[in-house]
Order: sequence, then C-alpha cells, then structure tokens
Amino acid sequence: MSETTIRLDGVGKSFGAVRALNSVTLDIAPGECLGLVGHNGAGKSTLMHILAGTLTPSSGTLDVGDRQGIRCVFQELSLCSNLTVAENTRIAHRNLKGWGWRKRASDMIRAKLDEIFPGHGIDSDAEVASLPIGQRQMAEIARAFTVTDQPLRLVILDEPTSSLDAVTARQLLDYVKAETARGTSIILISHLLGEILAASNRVVVMKDGQIVANRPVAQFSRDSLVAAMGSEVHKHASAARTTATSGDVVLQAKPFGGAQEMLAHRGEILGLAGLAGHGQTRMLLQIFSGTDADVKGKLAFIAGDRQSDGVFNLWSIGENITVRSLAALRKSGLIDLAAEQRLAADWKGRMAIRTPDVNNNILTLSGGNQQKALFARALASDASIILMDDPMRGVDFGTKQEVYAMIRAEAEKGRTFIWYTTEFDELTHCDRAIVFRNRAISAVLGRDELSEENVLRASFAENAA
Amino acid sequence: MSRITSFLRARPWAWSFIAAAAVWLATVAYTGGQGAGEILTAALSFATFAIIVGLGQMMVISTGPGNVDLSIPATITLSGVVAMKVMDTDSSRMLIGIVAALACALAVGVFNFVLIRLLRIPPIIATLSSSFLVLSTAISYGRGIRIKPPPPLADFATARIAGIPIAAVFVLLITVLIAFALRRTFYGRSVLAVGQNERAAWLAGISVDRTRFITYVLSALLSGVCGIVLSGFSGGAALNMGEDFLLSSIAVVVIGGTSVAGGRASVPGIWGAALFMFLLVTMLNTFGASAGLRFMLTGLIIITVIVLAGGEKESR
Repeated sequence: MSETTIRLDGVGKSFGAVRALNSVTLDIAPGECLGLVGHNGAGKSTLMHILAGTLTPSSGTLDVGDRQGIRCVFQELSLCSNLTVAENTRIAHRNLKGWGWRKRASDMIRAKLDEIFPGHGIDSDAEVASLPIGQRQMAEIARAFTVTDQPLRLVILDEPTSSLDAVTARQLLDYVKAETARGTSIILISHLLGEILAASNRVVVMKDGQIVANRPVAQFSRDSLVAAMGSEVHKHASAARTTATSGDVVLQAKPFGGAQEMLAHRGEILGLAGLAGHGQTRMLLQIFSGTDADVKGKLAFIAGDRQSDGVFNLWSIGENITVRSLAALRKSGLIDLAAEQRLAADWKGRMAIRTPDVNNNILTLSGGNQQKALFARALASDASIILMDDPMRGVDFGTKQEVYAMIRAEAEKGRTFIWYTTEFDELTHCDRAIVFRNRAISAVLGRDELSEENVLRASFAENAA
Repeated sequence: MSRITSFLRARPWAWSFIAAAAVWLATVAYTGGQGAGEILTAALSFATFAIIVGLGQMMVISTGPGNVDLSIPATITLSGVVAMKVMDTDSSRMLIGIVAALACALAVGVFNFVLIRLLRIPPIIATLSSSFLVLSTAISYGRGIRIKPPPPLADFATARIAGIPIAAVFVLLITVLIAFALRRTFYGRSVLAVGQNERAAWLAGISVDRTRFITYVLSALLSGVCGIVLSGFSGGAALNMGEDFLLSSIAVVVIGGTSVAGGRASVPGIWGAALFMFLLVTMLNTFGASAGLRFMLTGLIIITVIVLAGGEKESR
C-alpha cells in the first residue's frame, strides 16, 4: 500500500523507424482504476510493457518505484501448461520455498480464486494444460493478485475478460472495485467499452502512440469514447468510383460465425475491417479453400505473415515471383525458362523491387521489398480475384502509395480485391467495407458510410457486460 | 581461395565428389597404382543401386521435414522376388515380369501415401510399418529356392563397355530425367516449394497432396527398378537383398548435399555420395582394417563429410 504515485513523463518508444509510443505523460494514483482504450496498434501494449519493465523507453522518464509490486496479466496467457496451478503460483513468488511449498502455494492460490471467483471449480493441483481456456485465464488473474512479502501496487489487466463468460467477468469487475478500495492501482485494458465504463475511475484513450483523451469516467459515454478513439476519414481525390459495386457478382461466401453472406463484384475493392482476430483472415482462407464459398474466377493470395505464408526462403526473388504462374508458363508441358526470366524482370521493374539481380536470394531483400515480391507474385498471375491478408506490414509509406495506385488500376481492369486491413486509412481505398466481429459480419459499409467512427462502432457493438 | 569457397557453397554436391576422389586416391596410393581402374568400375557397378533408390529418397526428403521413405528395402525385395518368380528364368516372360514387379512397387507407394495422408500417420512410422507388410508378402510369395534371372536381364545388369557398366548408363539417364524434372516441370518445382514452406506453397496454388502422392509413388517405383536390376546383377532375388539400402538411401541423400529440412535437392550429389560410400569401404578393406574398425571409421568419415558439406546455416 505504498503512497507513491506511478509517473510517466514524456515517455516514447521507437522500434527502428517505427514510433510505437510518442511522448506519453501519465500519472497513476494509488487506489485508482484506470481504463485504457484504443484500437490495435495504438500503443497500449507497448506502454504496458514499459510499465512492466519488459521494454525500456527510448526517451522520457519513468518513475515506478519498486517493480516488485507491479504485476501483469497479458493477453497471451503466460502460465506454463505442463505445471499445476500451484506450481505456476510458485514461479511468481520466489520466497515460497523449503519443505511444503507446494501445499502453501496451493492454499494461497485456492484462497485467492475463492475470493475473486466464488464457485470457480478449479483444482489448484490440476495441470494447467487440462483446464479449459476460461479457467486458465481465471488462474492467471488470481495469481497476479496473490501476495507474499511484497505489497501489491499496480496490476495491469490486458483484455482480462476475453475468455471469461458474463458471470465470471462480473465477478472480476467487482473484485477490481474491492482491490482498488484497498489502495492497489489497476490498469484495465478492454475492447468491451461497457466494462471500461463500469469499472474505471478514469479513462485514457490512445491513438497512434499518443494519449488523445484523459478524463474522469463520468465525462465519457460510449459514443464519445468511440469518437475519441477514431477520427474522420480523409476523403481521397482518386476515390470517386461509382461503377465498382454494379459489376457481376464474382464471389459469394458465408462466414464461419454468422448467417449473413458476403458478396464481391467484378472490379471491386472490398475491405474487410474490424478488430484483429475477429475472423477476417479465416474468411480469406475459407474463400481460398472454397469452403462455403462460391467463387467465379481464379484466386491468388497475398500473405501478410511473410515468413509463414509467403516467402520461399531458399529461392531467388525471381522464383518467388513466378511460382504462382508456373502452370501458365508451360510450353508443351515444360516450364519456359526464358519466359520465366522475362516475367520476373518485368515485375521487378513494375513493383520497383530494389535489387540488382532477380536471381539473388529472396532474403537479400528488406521486409518491405519481400512484400513487394509477394504482390508481384499475385498480380503477375492469371488470378481475377486477389485475396490480401493485411499485406502492407513492413511496407514503407512511399511504396504503399505506389501499391495502392496499382491496386486501383488493376481493379479498373476488372480484377476484384478482397482486402483485410488493420489500418483505417487503407479502408479509404476500398469501395465497400465489411466489418467483422466474432467471425460474423457486423456491418457492411458503403463508400459514403465509410468513416472510422462507423467502423469502430460496428467493431465494438456490445455483447457482454 | 575465396572463389573456391564460393564455388563450393553454391554447389554442396561438390564435397561428395571431392571425398570420393580423395578416398580413391588414398586407396590407389596404398596399392601403388594397382587396380585403379577396376576399383572405379566396381564402384560404378555397386553405386548404381544406391543411386536409383537415393534419387527416390531425395525427392521424398525434399518434400519437407519429416518426409522419408523407410519402405525402400522391403519394396526392393518384393519387386525382386515378384520379377524373378513371374519371369521364371524365361526370357520371353521378361516384360511381363518387369510390369508385375513395377505394379507391386506402385501399390506400395500408393499404400504409403494413404497411410500418411488419410490416416495421418507420420511418414517415418507409416513407411516403416508398411515395409513389414511388404516384406512379409515378399517372404510368403517368394518361399522356396532361388530362381535365376533370365539371361538378357543378367547381361543387362552386369555387362560393361570399356569398363563402364551399362546399368550405370541407364541410371545416369534416370538421373538426368529427374534433374530435368526438378527444373523444368511444374511437379518438380512443386516438390521444392512444398518442401520449403507447405503453407506458402498451398497459398501459391500448389496442391500439396498431389505433389507428395507423386513423390511417394515415384520413390516406390525407383525401388522397384532397383529390385529388378539388382536381381539380375546378383543372380536372383534374395529376401535380404534390400537390407543395405535403408541406411545407404538416406546417407547418399544427406552426404550429397540435399537439405534434410526439405526444399533443396542435390541431384549430382547422389552420384558423388554413392561412389564415396563404396570407395570408402574398398579403401578400408585394402588397408586391411578389421570389421569393427571399418564400421567405426565409416561412421566417423561420414560425419566429417556431412559437417564439412553442411557448413552453411539453415534458416529454419
């Protein structure tokens, strides 16, 4: 129950050229529950890692006092799955040692689970791997609140209710109130705005690595929170296209989690929006494999996760570009090597891939240029429908503009693009956007309804709390 | 010097030829130049069989981590036994014997793929367990005395022109076809793509299942060819005729510079490695090494060559 405030003054963090955090100044008072919201990539996680000490800031000063009293529950659960709940508790408490530590750890975690989640039904001597995901999350949360010798000062909860049902989520929010009353500070990160409004004393909104709002909770409503998180979409001069959604329907597919179908037309650029991990990539893969999808035309896929979905590490840049076109490059059954070279050289030029020789290994390229080779692979192919899985990761600003222009030109020629993106700005290049939530379509936004606010509202449409 | 190292880095198979040449020179130096040509001829004759199955194993291993064909010895035995029994020393029945033997090999390849794909058994277990079934079939079918091969087959397998075995020329032809397929056919490129990154290959429009199916069948067919020629070479089929090829089919692939992680096949290396393996044993015999010492040195020398040839870092 230390009385010192945790204070950040002008804290910034850069990863190479990327500024993840830009001069954040924030005080956290004892006994305060701070709600933290912002869309993916706003800098929330970076900020929490800095508070937890797993990242050091590039600039600014940070006064957290004794780090021992700071605990984190991160989104990616961190319990060791081959150990029991009690053994995992021991990992967080060095001084649980000597004879009978297992029993003491077991008693301690059971008491805390009983306190936070009455009727939880978790055996503290059960191996974590045997627990369902919800119980794992409960065990992880309870562990963060256990105390041995060091008093608790700050607990960071990052999406703590993502695997909890409505009842246990309510129990947790009640406990948060009780714990803050004892003087512990809590930072609550959640995409469920209802939870934030119900549990916090103060709400901080982050956007593009900065704090854009920091006010007592009473001054926020759901709508004003959404408005604070987003900004109006800037209209693009080149964006005026009216014919896009009047072409023939070339694609019809039903998402895994809902009944509403999605449609795509010839020559259309269709954006898939929503929070990360809400079924957009799965939708693309489903279309690619033809499950519950009616596709008229050939498909090509542009990976966003280069290493696992895109690049062939042992091959040259040229071979990486032409792999999707090998079947078309055959002359009486054999691949025409001269034509293959020409295709690679042609697309090296058109995508401005920075390399002296397309026969160099693909890994000699920077990440952004590798991504250009993957674009070239799809655009050089005979595909009429191109699926894009958030493909602009690691691509610099200038190149992005070139690629956007190329996508638009290809769409004019009749190609259809299904474009999953986590960047709001990229949606402005789309003719329509489909917002996903929980693997189902939550809204279909036409060109004129395409504002960041509308996308956010559809992404966050309330389900729990 | 740096040109030499860059040459070697681009051609991992060169190591196996260097090793083979070194071992041959050491042997010849020991004998004072006696029998230099004969040793090479013998090496070519015996290496032929390891090369045939090595090529098949190379294709299988190139389709990605975990892929290996352990049913090669059993398939060699089965096709050898079937060929000899169907031919029954009758030259006019040679063609039907070859067809029957290859049909059996084909069935083994299909069966392997079914175990791996449909029953989702890891290739190492699937091909090992199928080899028990195949070998049992060969034993029950081939019960009885040894049948001699028809004379034309025996001639084909043993004849030499100017010290070069005809069978070796035949295998060279197969080798060239496979090298050509890897570079110029959709199937060949698919093997290398699937071996590097199965998921990326699928997303680039390549059928992973089709590629692996063809590859396991190809490996089985090459084992079948090996079984037929080997029966002709050694005067009939025997139930242990495939035994040596479990290790050697894998060893020639690895020593030859093919990536064990998949995605990179080294065709010439199969030749260098197979010659090296035979010449190594010849050298140790010439030196009069005892059986125990011979095995130990064989193991150590193979490890040395692999370490030298595998100097570059795998990215996975």
